[in-house]
Amino acid sequence: MKRLLTAFLFFAALLAAWQIVFMAKVWSPVLAPSPASVGRYLWGVLRDGTLEGCLLVTMKRLLIGYGIGIAVGVPLGMITAQFRAVRDTVGVLALGLQGLPSVCWVPLALLWFGQSEGAMLFVVVMGTLWSVILATESGVRNVNPIYVRAARTMGSRRLHTWVMVIMPASLPFIVSGMKQGWAFAWRSLMAAEIFVTILTGFGLGQLLHYGRELNAMDQVIGVMLVIVFIGLLADKVLFSPWETFLHRRWGTAK
Amino acid sequence: MTLQQELAVSPSAKLAVKNVSKTFRTSGGRVQALDRVSLNVNEGEFVCLVGPSGCGKSTLLNIIAGLETPDEGTVQTDGAPIRGPGRDRMVMFQEPALFPWLDVFSNVMFGLKLKPGLSDAERKEVAQYYLKLVGLESFQHANIHELSGGMKQRVTLARALAPNPRVLLMDEPFAALDALTREQLYGDLQRIWQERRKTIIFVTHNVREAACLGDRVVLFSPHPGRIREEFRIPLPRPRDINSVDLAEHATEIMRALKGHLSDTEVQE
Repeated sequence: MKRLLTAFLFFAALLAAWQIVFMAKVWSPVLAPSPASVGRYLWGVLRDGTLEGCLLVTMKRLLIGYGIGIAVGVPLGMITAQFRAVRDTVGVLALGLQGLPSVCWVPLALLWFGQSEGAMLFVVVMGTLWSVILATESGVRNVNPIYVRAARTMGSRRLHTWVMVIMPASLPFIVSGMKQGWAFAWRSLMAAEIFVTILTGFGLGQLLHYGRELNAMDQVIGVMLVIVFIGLLADKVLFSPWETFLHRRWGTAK
Repeated sequence: MTLQQELAVSPSAKLAVKNVSKTFRTSGGRVQALDRVSLNVNEGEFVCLVGPSGCGKSTLLNIIAGLETPDEGTVQTDGAPIRGPGRDRMVMFQEPALFPWLDVFSNVMFGLKLKPGLSDAERKEVAQYYLKLVGLESFQHANIHELSGGMKQRVTLARALAPNPRVLLMDEPFAALDALTREQLYGDLQRIWQERRKTIIFVTHNVREAACLGDRVVLFSPHPGRIREEFRIPLPRPRDINSVDLAEHATEIMRALKGHLSDTEVQE
């Protein structure tokens, strides 16, 4: 309860500071709109369904891209950890491509797929996949070999060892890899939506982009707030329960 | 199958190690961990392998466990050569090696679930029996990190005993514990060994511990790892590690150990 109150006070203070800066007229109101006008904008798009539509388009793209990234990345990371030849090839490739900012995939995606959902998906998958591979790989390679030895003496073999020992033992790393993958997917998608206008769906990034085109600063800030909020929500809803469970079981909680 | 049948004392294994040699390649060159080591262990015997670090006693234990293969020589249980790890030979390491993602009960169940021929209810009954045997029945649902070092090793012991192995291989299982906890576990281990009639091979560098636990103490010397001498400990059980009789045996073994060590130094 006390933590909740602290957080509330902090954000209330932040909002108050914004209002004070607005009222002091430090910058032109066109460039620095008031909290109230941003709120009015958000209320408006919420009421007329624009926000809901954009959110649906964006979340659909994100979940499909992220899902593919995880479904391919986690097994590939495990294979990479297991075989030296894969580590020297796919592992190096992943390391190199992870360092490539995902927005750099946009030109290539546009030329390959045109202005389509395919281009969007491609950018998100490329943004997610490599970091998930690397996190899973390091997780599996960090599994204490004594767990595997102990399991083998109890009669565990190959697939059983993988599913019952190596996967749960590397779970903390895989979860943090998935979390990192989520952050990467989210960034990639926003970059792609800002740069690519496609007719099959109008997402949050595009809403942000048109805010700039229309010089509508309340729209720009409003959409940015929505993007921040979704990031926070995903962390609390998708990953916090996992992390709490892991901390309790492993005894790593502070 | 009932709990009684499952717990019916299984015939313990007779173990024969013949001319086993093992060399490791390290960054510093080749290290001969074992040089033509032969050892026979009788059914139900408690044998302690003692020696300074690097004498190959843990390597021999891993070979018997089937976790490593010898370069030369053979290891047989009841005349059958060892091929890889098996449920008939369970291992306890110095580190507890308990799985932190499972609670105490599920850790004990891990090996049991892999043992065929038991129903789920029977497996649970067996797991509970062994948790009770090591005195931890009230900690079934505890997480591993909530246990003390001594409790962790008790759970490990229960987990190793649960599939009813014939041989128990113990690699310095108490080395990381405090003296008081260790003394308690010496008592427990002797009691359980007598109750469950296992063949135990116990590796340690603590001479007193070896004299307290073993029917027989086998002395190793390093570089290359060889068996130098054997001592019988004919004391009655349960033995108290602080008893004077035991101290005499320990002193004798210690003297021999120092003698062999200075021999090897002279050779080098």
